[in-house]
Amino acid sequence: MHSIPGRRIILSLFLIFLLLPIYWLVNMSFKTNEEIVSTMTLWPHQPTFAHYMRIFTDESWYSGYVNSLKYVVINTVISISVALPAAYAFSRYRFLGDKHLFFWLLSNRMAPAAVYALPFFNLYSAINLFDTPWAVALAHCIFNVPLAVWILEGFVSGVPREIDETAFLDGYSFPRFFIKILVPLIASGIGVAAFFCFMFSWVELLLARTLTSVNAKPIAAVMTRTVSAAGMDWGLLAAAGVLTIIPGALVIWFVRNYIARGFALGRV
Amino acid sequence: MDKTINQKAWFLVLPVFLVVAFSAILPLMTVVNYSMQDTFGNNQFFWNGVGWFKELLDPTTDLGERFFASLWRNLFFSAVILAIEVPLGIVVALSMPRDGWRVAACLVILALPLLIPWNVVGTIWQIFGRPDIGLLGYVLNNIGINYNYVSNEFDAWVTVIVMDVWHWTSLVALLCYAGLKSIPDAYYQAAQIDGASRWAVFTAIQLPKMNRVLLIAVLLRFMDSFMIYTEPFVVTGGGPGNSTTFVSIELVKIALGQFDLGKAAALSLVYNLIIIIVCWIFYTVMTNAGSERPASKGVA
Repeated sequence: MHSIPGRRIILSLFLIFLLLPIYWLVNMSFKTNEEIVSTMTLWPHQPTFAHYMRIFTDESWYSGYVNSLKYVVINTVISISVALPAAYAFSRYRFLGDKHLFFWLLSNRMAPAAVYALPFFNLYSAINLFDTPWAVALAHCIFNVPLAVWILEGFVSGVPREIDETAFLDGYSFPRFFIKILVPLIASGIGVAAFFCFMFSWVELLLARTLTSVNAKPIAAVMTRTVSAAGMDWGLLAAAGVLTIIPGALVIWFVRNYIARGFALGRV
Repeated sequence: MDKTINQKAWFLVLPVFLVVAFSAILPLMTVVNYSMQDTFGNNQFFWNGVGWFKELLDPTTDLGERFFASLWRNLFFSAVILAIEVPLGIVVALSMPRDGWRVAACLVILALPLLIPWNVVGTIWQIFGRPDIGLLGYVLNNIGINYNYVSNEFDAWVTVIVMDVWHWTSLVALLCYAGLKSIPDAYYQAAQIDGASRWAVFTAIQLPKMNRVLLIAVLLRFMDSFMIYTEPFVVTGGGPGNSTTFVSIELVKIALGQFDLGKAAALSLVYNLIIIIVCWIFYTVMTNAGSERPASKGVA
C-alpha cells in the first residue's frame, strides 16, 4: 500500500491522542482519592488496589458486570441466529418486497434509542420482562439484528453460489447444507458479526438503564452511584471505568485480523 | 450476479422480521397513539389530533423553539464532526504501516475507543478535561488558557467535539483502511510506470476505491452523531444552559423528565422521519454506487 510522507509522525500522534485519556483513567484508578484531589501526579505515587478490591468484593458492584454480560451474550446469540438465514435469503434470492424490507431493517439500525426508551419501558413492563436481562437483550435487537443481517449478507455474497448448487446436487437438504457447509465457510463473518453485536450491546446505556431497575442493573448504571454525600469517589469511578474497557479489549484481540474487513461490513 | 426469484425466501427472513417488528413496530404504534392524545394524569387520555405536531413545528411556541434550537445545534454538530473525522480518518488510514505486528497493534489501539461503553467515554473526558484533576484541563489552564467546560459554552462545545473525534475517527480510519487493503498492487505498479504523482495516485486510485466504504462511514457517522445522547449527557449534561442539548437529550428531558408523553411522542415521530429520509437518500446513493462499481475509473 502506498503511504504518505510523515506517516509515522501522524500515526504516532494520533495513537497518543487515543491512548492519553485512557492512560489518565488507568492512572487515576490506582491512586488514592487524597492523591487525586490534592496533587497533580503523572503516575500514582502511592499505588493502591483498594478501588479494584472494593469492586470485586461488593456484590452490588460486580453483579453489574455480570448483568451487563448476560444481556450482551443473549443479544448476540439471538441476533446471529435470526440474521443468518435472512442474510442467506437476501444474498441469494429475490422475493416480494426484498429491497423495501432491507431498507426498513437498515432504518431501524439508525433509529435513535431515545425515541424507543419510553415505549420500550411500557412494552416490557406489560409483558413482565422489565428488569430482566431479556428485556435489554430484546431491545438491543432493534439495532443489532439489522446490523448482523447487513454484515452477514456481505460475507454470504462472497461465497460462490456454485458451492450451493453442488451441495444440493450431492443431495444435501437445505438445513444440512446450511449447517455443514455454509456456516463453516463464513465462520469469520459470523465472528465479525458477533463482535459487532457484542460491541453495540456493550456500549449502549440509554435503553439498558431505562429497562432495568434493581435486579438486572448494568454496570454503566451502577457507576452513577459513585456520587455520594461525601463528594465524588473518583478513584472508584475510574477503576469501574477501566474494568468496562477490558472485555472490549479482549474481544478486539480475538478478531484483530478481521477488524478492518468487518468494519467495512464485509463489503470490500 | 443474478439472483433467482424465490418467494419461499420469505421463510428465511421471517424470524428477523418478527424480532425487529416486535421491537420496532409495536413501540412505534404506542408512540403514534401518544402523539395524538393529551393526558391530565390518572391514565385519562384525551384526543388531541395533530395539536402536538402543530406546536412542535411552530417555532414561536416553547416546544417548537426548543425543538428547532436542538435540531440546528445537532445538525451543526454533525457537520463539524464529519468535516473533521472524515479527512482525519483518511489520513490515518493512509498512514497505517504496511505489514507485520505493527499493523495488528495499530488496529487494536484504533478499535479500543469504539468498544468503551458510551457513558465511560463521557466519564473519561469528564475527568480528563477537569481543571483540578484532569490532565487536559490542568495543562491548558497552566499554560494560560482559561478552559472550563462546565461554565463556558465554547469550551463545552470543543470538549464534546474533541471527545467525538477521539471516539469515532477510528471507525472512519478502519473503514478506509479496509478499502485501501483491497487495492491490488498492480494498480500502484501501473501508476509508477506512468509516473503518476502521489496526489494523482490518491485521487485516481485510492479515493475511487474508498468510495463505498466512505459512504458507509459518512452514513454511520451522520446517523450516530445525529442521535448522540450518552456522551455529551455525561460530560456537560446538555449545558451550560442549553448550549449542548442535542435532539436526543431534549427528547429524553421531555419524555422521562417532564413525562410529557404527547409532546415527546410528536417529537419522536418527526425525529424518526428525518432519520428515515436521510437514510433513504444514502441508501439510494449507496445501491447506485454499487451497481456502477465495475465501471469505476482506475489507472490499471
